[in-house]
Amino acid sequence: MGSSVTRFAAGLLAVTGAALFAADGPALAQSSVKIGYALSRTGPNAGGAAVTTLPNYEMWVKEVNAAGGLKLGDKRVPIEVVQYDDRSSAEEAARSLERLITQDKVDFILPPWGTGLNLAVGPILNKAGYPHLASTAVTDRAPELAKRWPNSFWLLGTSAGAANTLVDLLVKLRTEGKIGDTVAMVSVADGFGIDLSGAARPALAKANFKLAYDKTYPVGTQDLSPIVNEVKALNPDVFIAFSYPPDTLGLTEQARIASFNPKIFYTGVGTAFPLFKQKFGANAQGVMGIGGWSGDSAPIKDYLARHKASAANGAEPDRWASAVTYASLQMLQQAIERVGKIDREAVIKDLQTGTFDTIIGKVKFENNLPTKYWWVGQWQDGEFYGVAPATNEGARTPVIPKPAWKAP
Amino acid sequence: MSAMRLAAALAACAGLAVLALLPTYVDAYYLALAIGLLQFTVLATAWGLFSGPTRYVSLATTAFFGVGAYTVAVLGELLHWPLVLLIATAIGAVMAVVVGLSTLRLSGLHFVIFTFGLAELIRQLVIWFEVNKSRVLGRYVFVDITQKDIYWQLLVLAVAVFVIGWLIARSRLGFALRIIGEDETVAKHCGINVTVAKVTLFTISAVFMTLVGAIMAPRWTYIEPSIAFNATISFEVVIMALLGGAHRLWGPALGAIPLTLLFEFLAARFPTASTLIMGVIFLLIVYALPAGVVGLWDNFRRQWRPQRVEQGAKA
Repeated sequence: MGSSVTRFAAGLLAVTGAALFAADGPALAQSSVKIGYALSRTGPNAGGAAVTTLPNYEMWVKEVNAAGGLKLGDKRVPIEVVQYDDRSSAEEAARSLERLITQDKVDFILPPWGTGLNLAVGPILNKAGYPHLASTAVTDRAPELAKRWPNSFWLLGTSAGAANTLVDLLVKLRTEGKIGDTVAMVSVADGFGIDLSGAARPALAKANFKLAYDKTYPVGTQDLSPIVNEVKALNPDVFIAFSYPPDTLGLTEQARIASFNPKIFYTGVGTAFPLFKQKFGANAQGVMGIGGWSGDSAPIKDYLARHKASAANGAEPDRWASAVTYASLQMLQQAIERVGKIDREAVIKDLQTGTFDTIIGKVKFENNLPTKYWWVGQWQDGEFYGVAPATNEGARTPVIPKPAWKAP
Repeated sequence: MSAMRLAAALAACAGLAVLALLPTYVDAYYLALAIGLLQFTVLATAWGLFSGPTRYVSLATTAFFGVGAYTVAVLGELLHWPLVLLIATAIGAVMAVVVGLSTLRLSGLHFVIFTFGLAELIRQLVIWFEVNKSRVLGRYVFVDITQKDIYWQLLVLAVAVFVIGWLIARSRLGFALRIIGEDETVAKHCGINVTVAKVTLFTISAVFMTLVGAIMAPRWTYIEPSIAFNATISFEVVIMALLGGAHRLWGPALGAIPLTLLFEFLAARFPTASTLIMGVIFLLIVYALPAGVVGLWDNFRRQWRPQRVEQGAKA
């Protein structure tokens, strides 16, 4: 009984084993540039990778190939993509990259999505000498990592940078008399929330803000109304939530329902997502969050239009890491084209020293880190503009106080 | 017969020597694959060590694996590596004794559910501690351990798990556990201290899982609860042991090796549908091979040498 199924299963295993060890195809002359990446198509990271990373990788490859390919010397060579699913697992991400490097022998590798996975693949890319443009990792160890792995570039900065810029903005607004000094802070009990609240807490204390509320909630908390109601009772001037996308939407929705309308309403990851605008419409007006971009600049407007045309269902990019991710691809392309051949060492060198013309402006790395970041953005008339640091080109003046919630 | 034993022992030694020298011949990818194979071989064999004779299906693999990984995340940069492994062993053992004493009175489905919950419980405890006490979530592991070191450590661990498994099977403890697996009430009436036997073996099995987690941790540089306590590992180990056949010491390895290769093949050739295909394969295994590869082998032997088996049964 069931012997045919048994035989089928056994056969499947045998075929698998044989195919796995089958030899690779013959190496071709440089008729294409092989670019590999492993992204989280499944698992908890899939959402982030699908919004921020994959559409940009696909759009960039499409655009480069439409132009004939990467310019190596005096000829153009099309890009050939090899891609895998890392199933949101560090081990799978590591193995996929080792496969890309030694089996597929790809010329360049685009990084995975998220802080954890970028760190997991860091040593592998370093050892194999591939440039590593981490555009979706926020880590306080970025300067140390850049030193440890000179081939790695950490484009999204440190959580301390995010928290300190926010506090600087609050200090400035207090000096201008636009806000008082009561702050309520909540954070998600995960890497992002812990790092940012950990950096913000001493910075707020140093700037003599009164931290009236400081609590964490577990990842995946569904009912956020108790938090919002407790905070509302304290009537703070500033509400800060270092939250993840589901809670960002949940807290904003609860605040609207409870008519909790502080002068500054700041939420974490997800505020910069196009989904936020779709969900809240006019009520997004005045909401602040992490990220932002120069929404008035022509290259950004052009990028937005191209992204909408290229992505599935006309999806818009998020207003933080998406543009940075695309810019990182432009930098890689410019570095490769300046070097003019597949010479990874020279490309890394060019990335370290060169200046790059990207959609987020001119970028030049210092110690493998960019010098400018957008840390605070605000929804103003349907666009999420960068408001801090104010010294960034294209920074808008924040709208304070936040306008009252409207009935949906 | 003893000549055959000697030949087998010599072959095993030769095989081991080849395996030990493997990292010097293969590239990073095959080394990574070999690490994966060893990792799951040890995990599945350790799982079978306890669950094979007692027939308790445990989903706690990732709980011990994660504790090992987290021990390295916390202590890896502070202490010498052997000391870190020793502490991981101790923590894994203490945890297994506590868990074992409190749960091995459960049986059947209750035990399965409890062990599944255990991994989540420990994950939440770690999160709670990191959030409220240490105020860091996500730790960095920068230790001077190369991929080859990881491979060799796992190889030593694999040898250890087989040797210990072999010794247990020949000891009074192994015999006691087989009786418990057949009928716990009978075992009690024979005068076996059922609890001590079960907890001892559960602990031995858990220590191996903890050590695998500790040895693997330097591979990822960065450890956070969702990376360390990945529930998929528990399920993969169970399905591997079931495919191989948990009632023999070498059974789980016969499941772990082909399945690891199969997962690798699927991930490489069908990157967008690999998870889906894996699910179908899990179903196929449970339906088509209820006694595992070992069962298939036993069947095969019975068909080809029916008389000997019958004689053996009569004797």
